[in-house]
Amino acid sequence: MSTVLYDTPGPKAKVRNWIYSAVFIVLLGLALWWALGLMADKHQLDGDKWSPFVTDGQVWTTFLIPGLLETLKAGVIAMVIALPLGALFGIGRLSDHAWVRVPVGAVVEFFRAIPVLMLMLFGSALYVQYSSVESEIRPLYAVVTGLVLYNASVIAEIVRAGIQSLPRGQTDAAKAIGMRKGQTMAYVLLPQAVTAMLPALVSQLVVILKDTALGGAVLGYGELLSMSRQISANYSNTIPSLIVIAALFVAVNYGLASSASWLEGRLRQSKKSTGAVVGVAEASDLATGNNSVG
Amino acid sequence: MFDFLDSGQYDLLGAFWVTVQLTLYSAAGSLIWGTVLAGIRVSPVPLMRGFAAVYVNVVRNTPLTALILGCSLGLSQTLGITLGGDTFKETGFRLAVLGLTAYTGTFVCEALRSGINTVPVGQAEAARALGLSFFQVLTLIVLPQAFRAVIAPLANVLIALTKNTTVAAAIGVAEAALLMKEMIENEAQALFEVFAVFAFGFVVLTLPTGLLLGWAAKRMAVKR
Repeated sequence: MSTVLYDTPGPKAKVRNWIYSAVFIVLLGLALWWALGLMADKHQLDGDKWSPFVTDGQVWTTFLIPGLLETLKAGVIAMVIALPLGALFGIGRLSDHAWVRVPVGAVVEFFRAIPVLMLMLFGSALYVQYSSVESEIRPLYAVVTGLVLYNASVIAEIVRAGIQSLPRGQTDAAKAIGMRKGQTMAYVLLPQAVTAMLPALVSQLVVILKDTALGGAVLGYGELLSMSRQISANYSNTIPSLIVIAALFVAVNYGLASSASWLEGRLRQSKKSTGAVVGVAEASDLATGNNSVG
Repeated sequence: MFDFLDSGQYDLLGAFWVTVQLTLYSAAGSLIWGTVLAGIRVSPVPLMRGFAAVYVNVVRNTPLTALILGCSLGLSQTLGITLGGDTFKETGFRLAVLGLTAYTGTFVCEALRSGINTVPVGQAEAARALGLSFFQVLTLIVLPQAFRAVIAPLANVLIALTKNTTVAAAIGVAEAALLMKEMIENEAQALFEVFAVFAFGFVVLTLPTGLLLGWAAKRMAVKR
């Protein structure tokens, strides 16, 4: 579509595009020069602030890799717990019985409306008061609790959208051969819905990984982002360490996000399936607030 | 039961007012920034398109916490940029708005880009046939229709932004989440009540947004 917005450039337009490109490069260069100058003034560009990431293997073995593993650990644990819980909620919301559908719907809407950070704070306080979880692993418990409460309700919506995206004929056919409601769900709808919602689930994992950083900043969980504080305490290189850590986050998340859209593309083209897909874009809409929107 | 509210020790409304302010300033900023980014992303100049694509993919995949901490630790404390804020409080608020705008702008850009795709091809073709330039096609024909199509997705972005303002607590902006943390520590015996109060606050903030903009989305939708 975007190519419809302008004509294929002729000789004049090509020259104009080159001029725009040149002006843009100059502006970008000026901004970069200003930023680098500012950083150089504060000695953030000095070689010894950056060299630890290349020469000193300890920065990787004691900070960056353990931090990344902690991030992945919290993310994966949260996903593993939230997935069945979310599936249960999602199916519950589709129930024929109002006494199941309404309370489950209320729970899902409630936890989707509350910021993850507040759920983490609440979880942390909950463990302090009502459990004997030791203080060293309490941050992990709190982070996972917050992530599970929020993401289970998001996954519930993804599951619901996945099941609803299937053609009506699937349910009709299952009924026609005499399957009960439970059988229809377990043998016909869910297996197909799982494939349909795979892209949405992978992109939700990106959201979870990004949210673990909250646990580092507010609850003292030792994940990747919190390592920047420790690295800069050793080498006084605040900006380099933040940049390297952000780059690691981007690498992991961009990889996951690209595989999600690759999966989506494959599923949309596939001739075997019913063509039902819960896409990446829909997932991000489902992740927020109100169902009443749209 | 909720007697901790009467003590006058906590400025609950004040904290939520800061949350609302953070939301409004960042929403305005990211709407402008996101529109500009979307314009650049569909522009005829390949270099500018590439820049916008890289910016969106990098910033969207960075944790918001990292962006806001980067604004505070990097920009402010290391490089001495205060954005004209005189006090620590003022600077923190502005840095949080900057981080939220940079982050949310990418989501606005992506929403708008999918909105541009909903505008029928014939609209842009007709505009080009009239001899309008790219900028005219975009601002006079395509974007006005695209905006009407993306009110619902933008409402979701706004709701997410409202919730994301809590991340500003990480750099000590006195908004709702920071007050909640303080109250949980002081009023440990009333944990559930404190949580209920703040949860209610956020439901009050996000529910009308969704309903109002959902209604607006239906009303403004282009009938085709």
